[in-house]
Amino acid sequence: MRALPVGDAALLVEVSSGDEAQALHAELVRRRAEGSLSVREIVPAARTVLLDGLTDPARLAAELTASEVPPAPPRAREVVELPVRYDGPDLADVAALWGVSPEEVARIHAGTEFTVAFCGFAPGFGYLTGLPARYDVPRRATPRTAVPAGSVGLAGPYTGVYPRSSPGGWQLIGTTDAVLWDHARVPAALLSPGTRVRFVGAA
Amino acid sequence: MTDRALSVVRPGALTTVQDQGRPGHAHLGVPRSGALDGPAAALANRLVGNRPEAAVLETTLNGCAVRPRSTVTVAVTGAPCQVSVDGRPAAWGAPVRVPAGALLTVGTAVAGLRSYVAVSGGIAVEPVLGSRSTDLLSGLGPTPLTVGAVLPLGTPNPLHTRVDTAPQPAPPAELALRVTLGPRDDWFTPEAVRAFTSRTFQVSSASNRIGLRTEGPALERRLKGELPSEGMVLGAVQVPPDGRPVVFLADHPTTGGYPVIGVVRETDLPAAAQAVPGTPVRFIEVRRR
Repeated sequence: MRALPVGDAALLVEVSSGDEAQALHAELVRRRAEGSLSVREIVPAARTVLLDGLTDPARLAAELTASEVPPAPPRAREVVELPVRYDGPDLADVAALWGVSPEEVARIHAGTEFTVAFCGFAPGFGYLTGLPARYDVPRRATPRTAVPAGSVGLAGPYTGVYPRSSPGGWQLIGTTDAVLWDHARVPAALLSPGTRVRFVGAA
Repeated sequence: MTDRALSVVRPGALTTVQDQGRPGHAHLGVPRSGALDGPAAALANRLVGNRPEAAVLETTLNGCAVRPRSTVTVAVTGAPCQVSVDGRPAAWGAPVRVPAGALLTVGTAVAGLRSYVAVSGGIAVEPVLGSRSTDLLSGLGPTPLTVGAVLPLGTPNPLHTRVDTAPQPAPPAELALRVTLGPRDDWFTPEAVRAFTSRTFQVSSASNRIGLRTEGPALERRLKGELPSEGMVLGAVQVPPDGRPVVFLADHPTTGGYPVIGVVRETDLPAAAQAVPGTPVRFIEVRRR
């Protein structure tokens, strides 16, 4: 674990894998909840956790680098199910990249349990991990100027669902009617870091 | 609709509702947002007796015009500009009474970029995640002002004392931004790091509430690989593939995949919000506090 200072009030804690980042994030959230860590933002990402709004970042950096990456937290009990139709415009391309039929892409994807590794890009957009590394796919060479809300896409090791229409370069394999973000709802985001997710194929 | 409201007569190039933003939701991909020149917005609120968290209007370059339906006190701060009420000149940087139905005009900035208009009672649009700020990156909060839009106002607090006038910093002729290096300065060549903290850049016209873009020397990377997405802070100086530093402002994305060469001190960002395109920018390296 390496803690890089960021400005005067933040730390970027670097670990060696996405799983470690998720474990560290869960531990830091737990420490904040119990009152032993005072911080404004805890932002997990691919291999880092950013802590912003710290009063004494140097002290926390020393403490963190002297400690081990915490063990993976017990998994959340609840699984969020997202109904999905595997009808995306890039389904055939993804099938070709995986070397399987489009039906098999749907079967593999719907048979995987995902975890929200982190959020970003747009409110409510989660980067979901769970597919084995052999199913990593590149982004599209040319991003689309408008990806419809509810599109289910793949990029690198991640699956994501577009909370609203936006430009995007992910390979689109399906569509969900689930509302990923609704600021009138509590919580506004359906998915947050650590949430378990399953895609359920709909007819 | 009650008569405590403002009608928008001229929205200007870009006028948004802003308060102190919505920090604390970065892990959900929600930018902090909020007034770019926080001290100017806070002063405008003080001048009309509002609480510091009241929402104000943030204009861009050419002001705006609004018509209150009831008599209100307003104050215009930030970028200096002509202020008038029904065509008659009124004070900038001081409380101004605007009678019900009169037209408040906030003119083009004579220096700086963003003026702040506080109205007694505050702009009372529905908050989203605890803030009334318009976030231009993710589309949260009210849409930018349009002709004919009606903005509700809150109730003025008669117990708050007003100040009459207050000194304000002049918009900068040259922007000197203090930076601490890192966390990814090691992704750049030593020459690039030297150029970053010694050469002069200019504010690009492509700047917005998301970032202050610069033109000038391109900073060359030592590591050519791709940086996995990581969390971003306010004031982070991200360097995209074209090598031109971008200083992240309030509507910045919460994560990003380009290396951050340094971070600008938060206290220097209000001046950055007032720097017009072409303003010279220097990044002054300082030690971490």
